[in-house]
Amino acid sequence: MWGVLNFIQQVLSTPAIFVGLIALLGLALQKKDPQTLVKGTIKTILGFIVLSSGAGVIQTAIIPFGELFQLAFGVQGVVPNNEAITSLGLNEYAVQTASIFALGMCANIVLARFSRLKYIFLTGHHALYMSCLIAIIFSIAGLSGPQLIIVGALLLGLVMSLFPALMQPTMRMITKDDSLALGHFGSCCYWLSAQVGKIFGRKEGIRTTEDVKFPKGLSFLRDNTISISIAMFICYIVVAGVAVFSKPAETAAILNEENWVLYSVIKAITFSAGIYIVLAGVRMLIAEIVPAFKGISEKLVPNAKPALDCPTVFPYAPNAVLIGFFSSFVGGILALFLLALLGQWGIGAAIILPGAVVHFFCGATAGVCGNATGGIKGCVLGAFIHGITVTFLSAALLPVLGSLGFANTTFSDADFTIVGIIFGNLAKMVNANIVTGLVIVLYLLPIAWNFTFARKHQTN
Amino acid sequence: MEIKKILCFCGSGLGTSFVMEMNVKKVLEKMGITSVEVEHSTIDDVMPGAADLFICGADLLPNALKAGKAIGLENMVSIAELEAKLREVLG
Repeated sequence: MWGVLNFIQQVLSTPAIFVGLIALLGLALQKKDPQTLVKGTIKTILGFIVLSSGAGVIQTAIIPFGELFQLAFGVQGVVPNNEAITSLGLNEYAVQTASIFALGMCANIVLARFSRLKYIFLTGHHALYMSCLIAIIFSIAGLSGPQLIIVGALLLGLVMSLFPALMQPTMRMITKDDSLALGHFGSCCYWLSAQVGKIFGRKEGIRTTEDVKFPKGLSFLRDNTISISIAMFICYIVVAGVAVFSKPAETAAILNEENWVLYSVIKAITFSAGIYIVLAGVRMLIAEIVPAFKGISEKLVPNAKPALDCPTVFPYAPNAVLIGFFSSFVGGILALFLLALLGQWGIGAAIILPGAVVHFFCGATAGVCGNATGGIKGCVLGAFIHGITVTFLSAALLPVLGSLGFANTTFSDADFTIVGIIFGNLAKMVNANIVTGLVIVLYLLPIAWNFTFARKHQTN
Repeated sequence: MEIKKILCFCGSGLGTSFVMEMNVKKVLEKMGITSVEVEHSTIDDVMPGAADLFICGADLLPNALKAGKAIGLENMVSIAELEAKLREVLG
């Protein structure tokens, strides 16, 4: 008897098997045939293992980068990337993350069913990264076991409903339609960009990004792995260059006596390769879970809006995508220098480098939002402010990530960092039970509002 | 050329392309077509021979056309747009 219990406990604490069981449950609930059950379960486990090995590849590129940065500039250098930090976070908090992920989707469906926040968050990978962030900050704050999972899931369900709602007015302006919602955890800064755009206003005849000619040759940058490699190479070559000329002996030890330019090329592309592997793993990991979530939610809440990943808005303003990317990137570089300056005065301890992915996807989306409310000026300024803001937010998140705050990578998109900063610091300041209570109240608020005030308002 | 494999893609091959894949499957089922394989992936995997038809957002259509026959969608959740464009290609 004891042996059986021990075995069950081991199964549940082996992350790869645990995620496989979640997929199996999802497939069984949809009454799939045995072949699909076997295939889906194995693919999910496979995805998890691929993802973990990607984390290893990323580390071989990011650890020497951190050491070189420390050597060259005497501070910690951080490349924000959601995939990288999640793959590292999963090494430690996989079971908690997977549980929060699965239950959080249920919490999202419940909110969509019983409150006015009728959004189903279909961007599975972002929900997974958010689960990981929540698992990290609450574990560090001392929550554990069922309490951690339940509070985490309620918080995940809440943000999966709340952030698309925040973006809906802007989405209506972008798509000229109300059928589509944005489910991407960079919403706070997209919203900010849209507000910045409003300064210029969308009057008749205002110049939008689509009225100007923009070089089409730059569209090869839309290729993720290429842009990550290039951005990472620039970061690497600068850092390795400074290190090699200021402290040649120590640098040579890190570089294993290799040529610094060659080393930078290989390590930059290795980083990109790691991200590619992690993405492939995540794709397999969520391949069975997301359709199950979509199918179940469509049955239970037929009138909910699907909240989709940010590239859904790209076809509405392709030029704003590229302009937004560049503006945001420039903002990121400016913020880097501001952080360095603050570091000189003893405020803050780490330098946040411009991560390609955040400026690429979130910067682009911020550009589309700014363009929708304020034309080309709104696009440029909105995305620029986005780039500065996300950089400072990433820096402010580091202290609540515990030992992972020293991993040389961190979460990049605004909603991850904002949720992390608010709840991570809150959980540190007050005790775990108060945070639990607070999250439960916040979660129930939209439902209570629906059944009291909103209903009264309707009958009047 | 007969279309046997459709590849939906987007920047990182996780969110948007996945939703497109689910919609394509839904439309194919409605059209009574069962012999076509549908997958989703990243823009890195878009190359000649990877599929008989590529589907993406309208902004990425130029990238897709380099690899073969392609459809670009303006509204990525519009089943109507997808169905119209698919019928045009599949006949």
